[in-house]
Amino acid sequence: MSTLLEIDQLNTYFHTEEGTIKAVDDVSLRVLQGETVCIVGESGCGKSVTALSVMGLLQGTTGIEIGGKIHFEGEDLLSMDRHHLRAIRGNEIAMIFQEPMSSLNPVLTIGEQMMEPLVEHLKISKKEARKRAIELIEQVGISRPEQIAKSYPHELSGGMLQRVMIAIAISCNPKLLIADEPTTALDVTIQAQILDTMRQIKAESGMSILLITHDLGVVAEMADYVIVMYAGKIVEQGEVTALFESPKHPYTQGLLKSKPVLGQRQDSLYSIPGQVPNLLDLQPSCYFYERCEHCMEICRSKEPRLDKIESSQSVACWLYEGAAIHA
Amino acid sequence: MSTYISKRLIYMAVILLAASLLIFCLYALTPGDFISGNIKLTPERKAELREIYGLNKPVLERYALWMKNAFQGDFGYSLAQQKPVLSLFNDYIWNSFLLAAASTFLTWFIAVIVGVVSAYKQYSWFDTLVLVIVFAAMSLPSFFIGLFLIKIVAVDLKWLPPGGMITTGSNATGWAYVKEVIHHMTLPVIVMTILGVGSLTRYFRTNMIDVIKQDYIRTARAKGLKESKVLFSHALRNALLPAITLVGFELPALFGGSLIIEKIFNWPGIGQLYMSSFSLRDYPLLMGFTMLIAILTVIGTLISDLLYHIADPRVRLH
Repeated sequence: MSTLLEIDQLNTYFHTEEGTIKAVDDVSLRVLQGETVCIVGESGCGKSVTALSVMGLLQGTTGIEIGGKIHFEGEDLLSMDRHHLRAIRGNEIAMIFQEPMSSLNPVLTIGEQMMEPLVEHLKISKKEARKRAIELIEQVGISRPEQIAKSYPHELSGGMLQRVMIAIAISCNPKLLIADEPTTALDVTIQAQILDTMRQIKAESGMSILLITHDLGVVAEMADYVIVMYAGKIVEQGEVTALFESPKHPYTQGLLKSKPVLGQRQDSLYSIPGQVPNLLDLQPSCYFYERCEHCMEICRSKEPRLDKIESSQSVACWLYEGAAIHA
Repeated sequence: MSTYISKRLIYMAVILLAASLLIFCLYALTPGDFISGNIKLTPERKAELREIYGLNKPVLERYALWMKNAFQGDFGYSLAQQKPVLSLFNDYIWNSFLLAAASTFLTWFIAVIVGVVSAYKQYSWFDTLVLVIVFAAMSLPSFFIGLFLIKIVAVDLKWLPPGGMITTGSNATGWAYVKEVIHHMTLPVIVMTILGVGSLTRYFRTNMIDVIKQDYIRTARAKGLKESKVLFSHALRNALLPAITLVGFELPALFGGSLIIEKIFNWPGIGQLYMSSFSLRDYPLLMGFTMLIAILTVIGTLISDLLYHIADPRVRLH
């Protein structure tokens, strides 16, 4: 499988009056063709900012600084001119968001909003676009597609709107779909349906998915490869089975422990003590040390490097110092 | 929809009835009247005149009479001008409307464009420049800008006439008349636009900044749409929605005249007539005018509600 998206040492900083927030700090990752990569982490760990950096949707934010390289099919999205990037956006890379209710324009009909990327990227007539839009609505599992195309977003439920968002995203047959917590705002039964829809489309089209979530259940269901982020950095990454079977980083272990297991009675769920550190002007250290039960002296003063310790798993933790394999 | 409108029309009638009572009482119960202001008259002559004008009747009877005539389209007779109130309105109100319509159009046009651009380029040098100009224009009193421009443009440079609606003694007709009026109205329209454009620009800027931050704008960008399309077909429509409320208020303002501007530029508008009627206590005219503004306000509110329904699919009328 060839590499579709390669993020190389991405830094996304926000310079504010209080100081610099390193929302994404030296993150490198790869998405292969047809692969589903999940980025996991709690709120504020830089998952969404990573995705928005790929889409180029952060440009123009005051005080932003983006460094590194984002290669998509060999071309660097960060150094690309605006017009070229726009031609890729919504066309070869598409994105769906966390809040389907607010992600669609309230004063335009579903049909109008679906037709826009079709007309823009595929250069087809409005009439054809409308026909295609109705087909797409059907494809994502919504009945009465003609009527839905004429409706406004407020007339649809959250689950339906997220399906519409998926339909918009896949309308130009993208090679990569970025899904930023696509099921977080939906209730559980709808979540499962949305994930099913995404898997089905992936099976049909062979696109890659970069899925951002904090829900390990979603990860287990969808991912081929998992990236765990904490405070803007990757702390662990690996193939999904390996990572679930033997999590290495104390944070990943904590995350997996705090997940309810079916059939096991527990009085209360485990939770990782403490809070995510303030991202403002962090000093070199392992950012997890305050919450880590294995915290050592070195963790407080020096940043661990992300090292490959098994053929399919890398971790950034001082506990595994010296265990790096050099393949 | 039609039940909504008929319901609204009934409410409007009730509101206007209450307004008419209020307006009538306000003027009728104020001590003094048109006749008492004239110190040359003897008490006997005053009593005689009050008898003629019906001012000695009980208040409620006068109100009933006023309302009865109003329903027949007669808003009374101006005591000072010795003309029916409605024909006076017809003479003056269109002059005011001309100024107000031109400046309202200009104000909205400039405010939308400048507001959108400065929101899009928030904190840029353009935005800062607009901010400074807007606050300068908003904090200057109208008479100052008016007189200042008359001094510079009319007196010193002699580009435009300092006041009036037509050149004194002119009897131009047709196209020449139109040109003359445009020539005369330019300065007052500029002043009214300068005064109005500031707050409206800020209003559109704020709305637009709010809208640009919305998730659906991010979606529009993520779809790879052109920035112009994102701004004008996605953002602007949403940013204009709250302004519909203002449209309702613009209706009475279009016909209400402007006291200060009309005075400074000696424009024969309703504002001037209203002001002079006040000092003469010409109550029939004042009542008629206030009632007219009340009617326009109520109609304006209805129009803005209906416009909301058309512009925003989320708004249901019932």
